[in-house]
Amino acid sequence: MEKRDVVIIGGGPAGLAAAAELHAKGIHDVLIVEREKTLGGILRQCIHDGFGLTRFGTTLSGPEYAERFIREVMDKGIPFIRNATVLNVSRDKVVTIASEDGLRKIQARAVILTMGCRERTRGALGIPGERPAGVFTAGVAQAYINLYNRMPGKEIVILGSGDIGMIMARRLTLEGAHVQAVFEIQPIPSGLPRNIEQCLNDYGIPLYLSHTITSIHGNERVTGVTISEVDDHLQPIPGTEKEYSCDTVILSVGLIPENELSIDAGISLDPRTRGAVVDEYFQTDQEGFFAAGNVLHVHDLVDFVSLEAEKLADGVAEYVKNGSLPECPVAVHTSPDINHTVPQKISGKQDVDLTMRVSKKLENCVIVVRQGDQVVAEKRMKKALPAEMIRIPVKKEMLTGNTEIEVSVLC
Amino acid sequence: MKPFDVLIISGGAVGSATARELSRYRLKIGVLEKNLDVCYETSGRNSGVVHGGFAYDSGTWKAKLCVEGNQGMDQLAKELGFSFKRCGKVLVGKSAEDRESLKRTMAQGEKNGATGLRLIEKEELNRLVPAAVGEFAMFSERSGILDPFIYTISLAENAAQNGVRYFFDNEVTAIEQKEDGYEVTTTQGTYHSRWVVNAAGLGCGKISDLLGIKGYRVIGSKGDYIILDRRTGDLLPMPVYPVPSNTYMGIHVTNTTDGNVIIGPNAENVTDFTYYGVPQENMDYLARSASDIWPCIKKGDYIRNYSGILPKWVDENGVIQDFKIEIRPEIAPNAVNLVGIESPGLTAAVPIGRQVVRMIQEYEKLEENADFNPVRKAIIRFEEQDDETKARLIKENPDYGEVVCRCEKVTKAEILEAIHNPLGVHTMTGIKYRTRSMMGRCQGGYCQMRVAKMIEDELGIPETEIRYARQNSWIFTGKVREE
Repeated sequence: MEKRDVVIIGGGPAGLAAAAELHAKGIHDVLIVEREKTLGGILRQCIHDGFGLTRFGTTLSGPEYAERFIREVMDKGIPFIRNATVLNVSRDKVVTIASEDGLRKIQARAVILTMGCRERTRGALGIPGERPAGVFTAGVAQAYINLYNRMPGKEIVILGSGDIGMIMARRLTLEGAHVQAVFEIQPIPSGLPRNIEQCLNDYGIPLYLSHTITSIHGNERVTGVTISEVDDHLQPIPGTEKEYSCDTVILSVGLIPENELSIDAGISLDPRTRGAVVDEYFQTDQEGFFAAGNVLHVHDLVDFVSLEAEKLADGVAEYVKNGSLPECPVAVHTSPDINHTVPQKISGKQDVDLTMRVSKKLENCVIVVRQGDQVVAEKRMKKALPAEMIRIPVKKEMLTGNTEIEVSVLC
Repeated sequence: MKPFDVLIISGGAVGSATARELSRYRLKIGVLEKNLDVCYETSGRNSGVVHGGFAYDSGTWKAKLCVEGNQGMDQLAKELGFSFKRCGKVLVGKSAEDRESLKRTMAQGEKNGATGLRLIEKEELNRLVPAAVGEFAMFSERSGILDPFIYTISLAENAAQNGVRYFFDNEVTAIEQKEDGYEVTTTQGTYHSRWVVNAAGLGCGKISDLLGIKGYRVIGSKGDYIILDRRTGDLLPMPVYPVPSNTYMGIHVTNTTDGNVIIGPNAENVTDFTYYGVPQENMDYLARSASDIWPCIKKGDYIRNYSGILPKWVDENGVIQDFKIEIRPEIAPNAVNLVGIESPGLTAAVPIGRQVVRMIQEYEKLEENADFNPVRKAIIRFEEQDDETKARLIKENPDYGEVVCRCEKVTKAEILEAIHNPLGVHTMTGIKYRTRSMMGRCQGGYCQMRVAKMIEDELGIPETEIRYARQNSWIFTGKVREE
């Protein structure tokens, strides 16, 4: 059977960054497997700008951002295959790939999972009403417009204030559609403040918080929606129903890490992130399987995806060279105000960045990282939003022994 | 157009099974279907269960034809290439009253000719369906599940391969008796035929009226369903039902031939036969009720919901009647009238078709069609093959190596075959039903753009003509920029 040191599943921002960094560390026997015709992942359809400020210190469009990594991969001669879908990865790291060239099996020493995420759908939310044509997730509408040159509708209602939804509100408006409003069930927006400003406010598109769609109408194409206000428990308030006529509903209601291959490989997932449980080397609980980027936890900015994947490459390189990595016995726990952290386990022997999101909007608070009674790191925040990822570096000098770590919030 | 020997109104499971049975004889047969494909209504919107035949009053068509349909299903599945699993099913009970009721159901089933029925105790129930909740159960080992979409499509495709012509987008608006048969007017034109078969499902009352056979009261019984992710399928090796009545099966959980689980249906009387909306309270009710017998329902596993409507013929007191299968020569000679074909119509479709043939044979001798071929070639499902077969398929046709739908692992080769299907259907749901693309947990988030583009490219139709399912279910207003 064909053998490789590393197989990288997915040639999006995470996979490309991991490949480039592995190469820099001397790991050359690598194969990137990409199911699309071109590398770059979801960035290919993100033609708006705002990418790259952190990683490159300049603002780029999605394709431009991807291009920098693709060029690096090409220049370094890192092997990749396109139009190739991984059908299965076994626990002993045999990767089965289907492409026009045939069914290929590769025995990998390490597998990097960088499959990204998928959009939450109408069916997953259980939005009531009829099921006509014209209900699209924001990413699908974005692909239709930006990649396929197809206009999916004219009179638009958007549910969910996720970033892609807001970006699509602007995009649809620029292409001559009329976006009536964005409705968000939560009392705070789920996307970034800059997108509310640049994609909604600049175009006079209203954002209604604590509102949701309680019914979709239309037997053939969407004819309208019923919108209701919701109470503190997110339940629709009877009597607040309003009808909107529209031909299109765009959903921007969350992203779900695409971990079907991971589950089949026996990897444990964290129910909070819906990504793998990883240690500080980004190794999952199945030895030799690593994960980074949106397949691990949904990121706010692609820059952090790249940085995380580059960090992952450190661990993978060490694993390939030594055949193992140090133990990570120190568990990281969270209080209810912190939704999750990544990694969920650390070694306690080296510096580590904890990445996290808060569960709700917090003001004038301190996020405190404790080991036992000892405060080992903290971060003061004027405002903390669930939409934004928070990073807290923890120094190894502060850590002692294998006592568990707890991340909590003081307000 | 030359007159037909038989025109069948509607191409659902019953209409298409009838068309297929009639195509065994030298007849010119047409099917008038108001939708753009064959399984948009009752035939495609149900639990997909092959019933054992125990839940119907003895002596009824429902009981007789259901048992007959159940017995013939293995052979039919083999001929037509649809998924069918004789997985059995359990009706779970808790109280002494339940036990008595199940005993009566079993006795009735045995009288109906259903076989393989027995009462089992908790221990055996736990072994058969570890996740089911019940103190005991009635086990029906001959019950099963099928893929209702491919089942209906395969009946229609095989009929078409044997010479039956399908006319989609043809809703019947008038039927006139002529000296030599009938003149049937639709939204698209006029057709002539010696015989007419009313297999109109939800439209059976209307077509019966147009034939002059007045007075049938047909109500709709709408049931909503929730579909769960394929990963839940391992927890449900066979359908789990509560104790039924003779007119309502109760809210049950059913495994599908593809490994999903469906929950439902409730039963609500409706008069609007086009409204398929699912309200929030019904979804909550389904999940709550079904959790009593199968406590594995998590909202995170929802992937879609849908509803279906059963046409029920009721008497003046609202009591549900048997299937009506009749020829009324004094009112409408040479017309076979099928009214109230509800559950178990899916199981009984072929026996119903055979009964229609027998009734026509009472009036004229039918000459056998020596060319009739009962076998339909199914689209090969790449995902279900072993690695060796997968490798061979790709070698023979590289399009098998391009996975278009990631969730259900449907390849380009399968989608191309579906686009060029024998019925000429080219809606998005048409491709979905034939391949399972867009049916998985991402609901077409990854593949629908590719499928739409392939329909455009393969058939040379403009983007504005692509339809999701029904006539006005457009997907694009046009191009963003002229190319």
